[in-house]
Amino acid sequence: MAGNDSCHPVATDSVDASIRAGQHYVALVGPPNAGKTTLFNRLTGLRQKVANFPGVTVEHHVGRARTQQGREVFVIDLPGVYSLDARSEDERVTADVLTGAKAELGRPDSVVIVLDATNLHRHLLLAAPVLALGLPTLVVLNMADDLAARGGSVDTVALAAQLGAPVALVSAAKGDGIDKVMQFLEGSLARPHSTAKRVELPVLQDLPGCRTWAGQVGTKSGYRAPAPPVWTRRLDGIFLHPWLGPLIFVLVVAAVFETIFSGAQPLMDAVEKIIVASGNSLAPLLPEGLLRGALIDGVWNGVGSVVVFLPQILLLFLFIGVLEDSGYLARAALIADRTMSRVGLQGKAFIPLLSAYACAVPAIMATRTIENTRDRIATILIAPFMTCSARLPVYLLIVAAFIPETAPFLGPIGARTAALLGLYIIGFLAAIVTAQLLRSTILRRERSTFILELPPYRMPSLRSLGLRLWDRALIFLKRAGTVILGVLMVLWFLANFPRTNGQPPDPEHSYAGHIGHAVEPAIKPLGFNWKVGVGIVASFAAREAIIGTLGTLYGIENADKDSDKLQEALRADLTPAGAAALLVFFAFAMQCFSTTAIVRRETGGWFWPAVQFSYMTAFAYCSALATHAIVSARL
Amino acid sequence: MQLDTPKPSPYPKSRVQLSFNKLRRKKLESVQPTSLADLRCGQHAVLGDLDVADDLRRRLMEMGFFPGSRIDATGCAPGGDPRIYRVDGSEIALRAETAAQIRIRPLAAAAD
Repeated sequence: MAGNDSCHPVATDSVDASIRAGQHYVALVGPPNAGKTTLFNRLTGLRQKVANFPGVTVEHHVGRARTQQGREVFVIDLPGVYSLDARSEDERVTADVLTGAKAELGRPDSVVIVLDATNLHRHLLLAAPVLALGLPTLVVLNMADDLAARGGSVDTVALAAQLGAPVALVSAAKGDGIDKVMQFLEGSLARPHSTAKRVELPVLQDLPGCRTWAGQVGTKSGYRAPAPPVWTRRLDGIFLHPWLGPLIFVLVVAAVFETIFSGAQPLMDAVEKIIVASGNSLAPLLPEGLLRGALIDGVWNGVGSVVVFLPQILLLFLFIGVLEDSGYLARAALIADRTMSRVGLQGKAFIPLLSAYACAVPAIMATRTIENTRDRIATILIAPFMTCSARLPVYLLIVAAFIPETAPFLGPIGARTAALLGLYIIGFLAAIVTAQLLRSTILRRERSTFILELPPYRMPSLRSLGLRLWDRALIFLKRAGTVILGVLMVLWFLANFPRTNGQPPDPEHSYAGHIGHAVEPAIKPLGFNWKVGVGIVASFAAREAIIGTLGTLYGIENADKDSDKLQEALRADLTPAGAAALLVFFAFAMQCFSTTAIVRRETGGWFWPAVQFSYMTAFAYCSALATHAIVSARL
Repeated sequence: MQLDTPKPSPYPKSRVQLSFNKLRRKKLESVQPTSLADLRCGQHAVLGDLDVADDLRRRLMEMGFFPGSRIDATGCAPGGDPRIYRVDGSEIALRAETAAQIRIRPLAAAAD
């Protein structure tokens, strides 16, 4: 394909509105753990966004770097890869971008390859195929501070001569040497292709040969490898200690739970108050009637019911960010591996499953760190069994309606707490049973391997954490503003139409009511009536939607989980056995449109989401049926 | 509880046994550990053949596992598996079942 001229095919907007074919841009490549993203954040700051190449699940960041002269350069942060072999999806995308096979982007004008200076020999393995592309390349040796602190050194001038490309020694975390990268970006716009001097590169298919080449390059450029990180050794002595390690692991997990449930509560209450108050103050601005109903009840409160979860999700990501950037997460995966391998999963599945307690969507996105497809699919399939935060309000409502506050269970533990805890536990058990089932059926065990690099411990930087949270918040709000918004508007319509004489119908004769009656024969054995049926249908879009829907059906204004009237109405309509069945149904059913959408995206088709949806719904139905039968018989 | 002569066990339990194990290890070393799984914490060796599928071999090489490189067993997860190896400047964790497929030979006394 021709180089950087303007004869590219017509641009598509699918990658990013700001980068089009023919536009100049710089690609950032590097192995995992080289600090590539830290450098990208340094270069672009908030002028970045997440993008997806069409048809693949690989996420990458696109941003604009501002050079000293005030010019803007587009930078693409490609996924971290060890080679350009195109064996994994990450590698294929990286190779395609670098060779210009992505027609909607064209070839990059230049490449910045980010390597870990403390691990030069191994990281030079990736430099060989990247340099072989013949694009103007800057070799960034990151972690210069670490290298110096641990007594290592390298002659960048000699290395540049060996590689035939400029070399910059930087510390992205501290911000040292970033100006050299900026200078390169500045020059890369003006410079034509193929300025690289001819240097001898090894045969790329011959990995041992490449390693020998890397060793020679290192020797000729006076590379002195740093001493093993002493602090990492010491900390590993504690964090991987035979009994102290597991203890700390349990404490960390407990702290994550405590934070996302107790710590997030005041924040979530505050967000809820703001949404309700703003809705109430906006309402008088609109004329009474259809529009106001649709906008305030259907849209504002509906989207609000989802945005409420933002503080919780951000706190979870803050925690995961600190754990990941500090290096502890890799140790946690190591500790979890032994236990997880017993149920046919692996250590790297631990992080996604932990995230799933807040929300299955980020959890499923986090499974990308698992290279083994079988393990990854298994993790994706069981993640929605973990009790996500959207189930919590539903649980709280039903438990509060049917179990008196003072009912004892065991010692100081009340019956309400016990019921909630029980629901969390059955979700977890269902996940384990499912994982076992998958292992012996459709995902029969091929030889699964676990290879994990343990990076040295590092102090997480506020900048990286802040950018990560900003990123997540944007993605989450975008989702709330599109998918959930659409679903809620449809629901509002179904509950308020057909109109007679301009008046909304009574719930029984609305479209929603018809739907409820239609599903009633199927849910009668579970002890639910048509109103609960409408709630369940609505909850298949998003679990918490059942609360607002029931509120509408029972004619209760501003229904929320604390509403006494709603609790009363539920008590009148549901038997205790029906309530228990409803809880169990919610614990197991796959009632989340967003999760289905993300599973489709991450598995690249409708097969796995279909399997997951059918399995979980059937599982939930049968369990609810059994629960109803058992509880009715006992009472 | 019986106070017998310590039975040969792969894990040190007491000081007496520790020194006993040291002796035993010396003996073992003379029989030579043949796979990475035989390497105990604190020991080192030279990597030999990687008896694994092609894909895995390439991945291991990308992580620094080249025949002829020095490898150190630096630690393990609580419970003993997976284990941690230091190779080519980084620490890599592998399950024992994978380590058992990686051949090693003792490091010549002159090196290091």
